[in-house]
Amino acid sequence: MHSLISYFASLDSPGVYLGFGAFQIQLGNLIVIIVMLLLFVLALFLPFPSGKERP
Amino acid sequence: MSAPTMSRTDRDALARRPWRGHVREYDLFKELTVALVVVGLVIVGLSAIVGSPDEPSVTLKSWAQAQPADFVATATAELGGTSETAGYGPPYNTTADATQTIGAFDLQSFSGVQLPIDTAQDLVITPLTTLNTPPNAALVFLNDAAATEKADWTAAYTDALTNAPDNDPAQVAAGDYGPVPVLADSLLTMASQGSLDGVLNAQQTFYNSDYTRTILFLGDGAYFGDLATAARLTGDQWGMMNETGNTPGQSWLWLFSFWYQIEPFASAPNADLLVVLLMLVLSVLLTLVPFIPGLRDIPRWIPIHRLIWRDYYKKRAAGRS
Amino acid sequence: MSIREDRKTEPVEEYYTWTGKARGWLLKHLPADKLLPQDQPSYVASWIYVFGMGAIVSLVFIVISGVVLSLNGPAWYHVSDFGHFVNSVHLWSVELFFITMVVHLWGKYWMAAWRGGRTLTWITGMAAFLVSIVAAFTGYLLQTNFDSQWIAFEGKDALNASGIGAWFNVANLGQIFGFHIVLLPLAVGAVVALHVILVRMHGVVPPIDAAETDAQLQGATDQTEATR
Repeated sequence: MHSLISYFASLDSPGVYLGFGAFQIQLGNLIVIIVMLLLFVLALFLPFPSGKERP
Repeated sequence: MSAPTMSRTDRDALARRPWRGHVREYDLFKELTVALVVVGLVIVGLSAIVGSPDEPSVTLKSWAQAQPADFVATATAELGGTSETAGYGPPYNTTADATQTIGAFDLQSFSGVQLPIDTAQDLVITPLTTLNTPPNAALVFLNDAAATEKADWTAAYTDALTNAPDNDPAQVAAGDYGPVPVLADSLLTMASQGSLDGVLNAQQTFYNSDYTRTILFLGDGAYFGDLATAARLTGDQWGMMNETGNTPGQSWLWLFSFWYQIEPFASAPNADLLVVLLMLVLSVLLTLVPFIPGLRDIPRWIPIHRLIWRDYYKKRAAGRS
Repeated sequence: MSIREDRKTEPVEEYYTWTGKARGWLLKHLPADKLLPQDQPSYVASWIYVFGMGAIVSLVFIVISGVVLSLNGPAWYHVSDFGHFVNSVHLWSVELFFITMVVHLWGKYWMAAWRGGRTLTWITGMAAFLVSIVAAFTGYLLQTNFDSQWIAFEGKDALNASGIGAWFNVANLGQIFGFHIVLLPLAVGAVVALHVILVRMHGVVPPIDAAETDAQLQGATDQTEATR
């Protein structure tokens, strides 16, 4: 946890970038995009609790 | 998949009517409360652990102290009217063929010169006159010179700076630069001491929230842009969607940023106009999807909805004889 | 509510004033049990449906943190630890706002949620997305740090090229402050409110290819097009 905090604490240093050639994506942005895709896929597949049927 | 004989209106009819079928209990306020708590915890957690970036702003003072050679070169360009701002066109000034156009379509000229900036006067000469001991001799010398003479001096000094070792003003070759070196050096001193920031913005008033002049002056130099490049914020680095450091930026601007990475936009002089118009068109198209055949039918062709409503589709057959 | 409902059996109250007519319209299209329901169609049973609410809730946090930031002035968060925390809250609620809004958009697209007269719901949703992007842009300009300086310097080009840079001067902090804390929040709020009201009016869109013969519609008490 401490290393996680100290990693993010160096926010004002140049960020981590991933990619090849002209396509370089910032790690933070990549995480956000992956989270969105993950949430979408999970929302589609995760079972939803059955509710009370009302008349 | 839909029965091919049903018309669009037939298919739509059930969707138009209020739902009369089976319902399930739903508590709007409870859902709202749960959402507030869950989302609130996520936000507060991320804020406490990750925080937010805050890269300190650049000032004319920090620029003058970090890269005096670049400052002097930029000041010279402003004086000579050869900087990017000087040749920008509306809304800062009128410059022939400066605007971004598509043929005769010229939106940039639409507003006219509403934020007038005379780079020589506003960014160099006037600030210098506010000094307690302005470089009067040099200012008079400049003022009395013909326009062509001024242009020659600034051009010559710009070349000399480019050719000097480390672009150092102290090591330029001898030449006829008129009062330009003195004026540029005075402005450098003024900036290094911190008074140029205030004078350029406030323009001798007390209050001002308009930073146009300082931003443009900063941008005309190499220092500001180099800092941005190091932080991966420039247009051809997907900069539009990036943030300083490691925090996520504006990932929703991915498509806007994308166009600047590829031709023809990457090297187009009217890239901004092209990209803005293109994004406008695409946004309108997405907004009007319900009216666009093909685009509006893709959800039927790629049936992701069968996952969403799988429970419904499983149970629906029981009602059929 | 479909405008084809014209076969009512109950007596209609006469509305003879503007106010009365507005009341009549509201009672017909957004009665209390539609505005604040206790149930929803049985097909609303998927996690994809929580993202709209997620976006609204994120917006609540954006506004609350934004109010605290603006009441302390744009330079406060540089010098105050609590201010920096509130700034972080504002940033992350914006990130969550866009995350939930985009997943909501994806879900609604694949559900073809514009069906059944819900075109305006789709359009207002898209409008909310686009206006939010503009609002976020003005927010980034108010950071009063290096990032906002650079964004102002770059952003001016798109606006100037479009001919509006003179009236939307990204380097003018005072002007952008007004856009960001007054005009754009009102615009986002208005569009989102309209969007939510339309959802309540039209109800959640039924599944693609739902039919009257489906089990879920058998034994329904009232299959006519009467108003509730």
